[in-house]
Formats: sequence, structure tokens, C-alpha cells
Amino acid sequence: METTTLIGQLPEVTAAGVAIKAILILAIISAIAGFGTYLERKVLAFMQRRLGPTHVGPYGLLQIAADGIKLFTKEDIVPQHANSLIFKVAPVITAATAFIALAGVPVFPDFTIPEFVPVLGGTFVPSIASDVNVGILFVIGMMAAGLYGPLLAGMAQANKWGIIGAARTAIQFLSYEVVTGLSLLAPIMLVGSLSLIDFNEAQSGGFTSWFIWQQPVAFVLFLIAGFAETNRTPFDLLEHEAEVISGYATEYSGMRWGMFFIGEYANMITISILAAVVFLGGYNDFGFIAGWIMILLKVAFFFFLMLWVRAAWPHVRPDQLMWLCWKVLMPIAVINVVVTGIVMMV
Amino acid sequence: MGLEQFKNRNVGTQEYRVLDLQESPKTPMAKFVQVAKRTFKGELFVGLGVTVREMFNALFRGQMHTVKYPLEKLPISPRYRAIHEMLRLLESGHYRCIGCGLCEKICISNCITMETRYDENQRKEVSEYTINFGRCIFCGYCAEVCPELAIVHGPRYETASEQRASFSLFEDMLTPIDKLSLQQEYDGFGSVSPNADENIKKTPLAY
Ligand code: SF4
Ligand code: SF4
Repeated sequence: METTTLIGQLPEVTAAGVAIKAILILAIISAIAGFGTYLERKVLAFMQRRLGPTHVGPYGLLQIAADGIKLFTKEDIVPQHANSLIFKVAPVITAATAFIALAGVPVFPDFTIPEFVPVLGGTFVPSIASDVNVGILFVIGMMAAGLYGPLLAGMAQANKWGIIGAARTAIQFLSYEVVTGLSLLAPIMLVGSLSLIDFNEAQSGGFTSWFIWQQPVAFVLFLIAGFAETNRTPFDLLEHEAEVISGYATEYSGMRWGMFFIGEYANMITISILAAVVFLGGYNDFGFIAGWIMILLKVAFFFFLMLWVRAAWPHVRPDQLMWLCWKVLMPIAVINVVVTGIVMMV
Repeated sequence: MGLEQFKNRNVGTQEYRVLDLQESPKTPMAKFVQVAKRTFKGELFVGLGVTVREMFNALFRGQMHTVKYPLEKLPISPRYRAIHEMLRLLESGHYRCIGCGLCEKICISNCITMETRYDENQRKEVSEYTINFGRCIFCGYCAEVCPELAIVHGPRYETASEQRASFSLFEDMLTPIDKLSLQQEYDGFGSVSPNADENIKKTPLAY
């Protein structure tokens, strides 16, 4: 109900608006993903009392440009015995699904292009590219589909490290996906909707109405599963250098390798936005701080948390991940859902 | 940063601690208890705390460890054995080498080549002196054996060059005459040890 009234107040979303939004997401998120690699190197370096990149541009900021030039101009090698079609398609799957997932989450505030702009003047650009009413399900499903990238890449490249990487992808996928779903189920029950806008509305009552206070367990579980979903450090089994060289990405070079990483960073941003919208009050105004600044701050915090954890914690073995997900997190998630249900009924 | 930490080879006086490693649990129950303990002990957050503390130390308390190498250099130990230097006498400015040939004789990779002759005063003069740095293993025997403290190992460790001949002639190693006042008595390899006086004993006559 609320959703329809909300959309009723706003200008009509046209196809042109959605197209502009899609291009914006593509351009800006790829740029942020590139910038994310810089941030990651800098933050990790500071935490280890190093300087990180310093020489290319002021504070090493142009390192991204240097890396971009390197990635684009590097020779594109397809190994002799690899299945070349699948080998070439796999990175596209990762990058594409990561961006498709971003279509379902609110990125940047909505705005209307001013009238004086020729052709496109007056077009309303929505905050969410497509506000499907199963938003969360769509995003989670898309991110899960993204795991086909590493899986196929690992199996197609005729390399033993790739095979191990692919096997680990399957293990990881089977483990965390249950936890993601079950941990999100409890907030979904509270809101009674799968649309991210409804989640945002449900937490519009200020700091105390954030779902993290009602659902702390679900928040922690979702965070853990989110780290596994984006294969960040405690669970970066897919491409852990010390064990499997580069896992599924061993044989990749140049831009195909770059696409995996743009996908990974886009996924990090998606998970950060999801966590912010579902548990931390989304893009509601916070006191005098505007909503769009709040969501940026929250996303930045989660992004930083991922780097922080990478600097601090060792990573787990595949069997430990399965043990953790199936024997510890899943029972806790189920209990959490049951308890939430009982509380709601009483 | 001082040199003390490089000079201290006495392992026993440094701070070593034995880690308190417990037995790994055997029964499933004990394993479960260990996992639960570790989960709720907050050790993970100690880890996070340490990293963020180091980040603040590095950024705001000047504890950044990076040495921007070509612009900054760490001090090296005086006992480091790098490219040789030939020293001069401070009073006369004449080179110290007396052409005794001990260094040529002791060099285990046979890389010192020297020729001597008598000059007009019937004193020995070094007419040729080169070290083949393609063969030198920087063992330091030459500096150790030299009776005049003429050949020493200098601190110059950046030895990339277009030709190795750039280092190896007598004139290249010799202190330039206009820099004589800057010549440092080298207390590193080949020099008299600081406690040399204590080590001096009377020559036993009753062999
Ligand atoms: S350092 Fe050793 S190898 Fe090198 S010139 Fe001296 S004695 Fe020969
Ligand atoms: S041992 Fe010393 S004094 Fe003798 S020849 Fe060599 S450098 Fe000259």
C-alpha cells in the first residue's frame, strides 16, 4: 500500500529515466570499483604501517589509471586446452550479474534532469533502476547467479588450480546461500514485503527503529554470509594465493581478469547497500544529516569493514566454512526465524 | 634509528617468550566448548582493534615503517662489507698502501692484481692496483690482513653500474685528495677492534 502511494507522489518513471539510471550505475560503479582497489591497497597498507601506492599522481591516486591502462593493453591469453567459449564468457557472467544485481537496490538519490537540458530535459531518474516488488530476492538471486562466473571459469581453463577454485566455489555457494536466505527471512517477516523501499519505510522512525536492534542475530548472520558471498577475506577460498595460486582466475589476464574484479567490488557495494537498507535504516534522514549522505556513510562503513577484516583476520579452510555454515549458522538462523515468528504471533 | 639493534647478536638477551599453547580438544564436547569460548571471548575484535591501532599509529604518530628507498636510506652496520676504499695518510695525503702484497696473497678468489716498483727515492710505489669485482666475494680478508689500514670496506653498497671497471681501479677507490679532510677513519671491517688495548699481551719469550 505504502509503496504505491509513495510512487504516486513521485513523477512517472519513464524508460528513458531507467536507461539513464542504468548508464549512471554502470559508469559510476565501475569507477568506484576501480577506486575501491586503490582504497583497499591504501587501507591495508596503513594497517600494516606501509604507505601503499604513492608515486603515480598525488597520493598515488592515478594508480587506478595506470592499472586500467595495464589491464586494457595486456595480451588476452586463452590457454590452449581451455574451452575457449566458456573461458571467454565466464568473466562476463560475474561482471554482468554484479551490475544486474545493482539494478534492484537504491543507488544514489533520485533526481529530475533540469528542463534546459536538450532532449532529456525533465526526465525523472529514479533511485532504483527497477523497483521490482521482490527486490531482495532479485538481488540475492542475481548475486548467487554471479557465482557461475568463477565456477565456469575454473572448470573451463584446463588448470588444476582453476579446478580447485571451481570446486571451492561450489562448496562456498552451497554453504552460505542458505544462511543468507534464512538470515534475511526474519526481517522480511517483520516488514511483510520483499521490496527494499518497504524496508526503508519500515525503518523511517529514526535510530531506534533500525532493524539491527530488533534483529541483531540476523544482522551478524547476514554480515557473515555477505563476506562469503563477496568472497572477502575470512572466506576468500576461491582465489587464496597461498593455497591455490589464484584459484579460478589463475589463467586469466588483462581485461577478462579485470572483469572478475570489477564484479567482486560491485558485489561488495551491493552487499553494503543491502546491509545498510535492511538493517541500518537505509536512506532515511538521520537528524540533520540528509538521507543520501547517510546511505553513503553506511556503505562506506561496510566497505571499510571488509578491508579492515581482511587486514586483521586469517581465512578459514573450506571444510571449516561448510562446518560453520551448516552446523552453526544455519541452526542459529532457523532458531532466529522461529523466535521471530513466535514473537510476532504473541 | 640507532645502530644498536643491528649490532646486537646476543640472542639470549633478547625478549623471547614461550607461547601458552594448550592441548587441542579431543572429544566433540570439548571441541564445542572451545568453539563457544572462542566465539564469545571477543578475540576477533582484539584483532580488529590491533589493526586499527596500528593504522592510527602509522598515520598520526609517525610510526610508518616504509623507507622510501632511493630518497631515504637506513643506516648500515659499520661491519657491512661493501665496495672497498683505499685510505690516505691524514698528515701527508699520500696513500697508505705500502705495496706489501699481503692483500693480493690472501685474497681467496684471486681478484686483487697489483704491481709495485721502486720510485726515485728507492721507496716502494704501487703502480697498478685493481680489484676484479666480478670475482670478489666480499669476504673482507684483504681489509683484515692489511697492516696499514689502507684497504677497508666502505659503506657503498649500491654497486649497479654500466661497467664494473667504474669501481675497480686504484684511483676510484682512493680517497680523492681534495676530500682528504672528509676521510673518516673506518671503524668497520678491517679496523682495530675497540678493545684492542685489552687484547695486547706480552710476547711469550719462553717458547
Ligand atoms: S674481499 Fe675477499 S675476495 Fe674481495 S678482494 Fe678482499 S680478499 Fe679478495
Ligand atoms: S695489504 Fe694493505 S698495504 Fe699491503 S698491499 Fe694490500 S692494501 Fe697495500
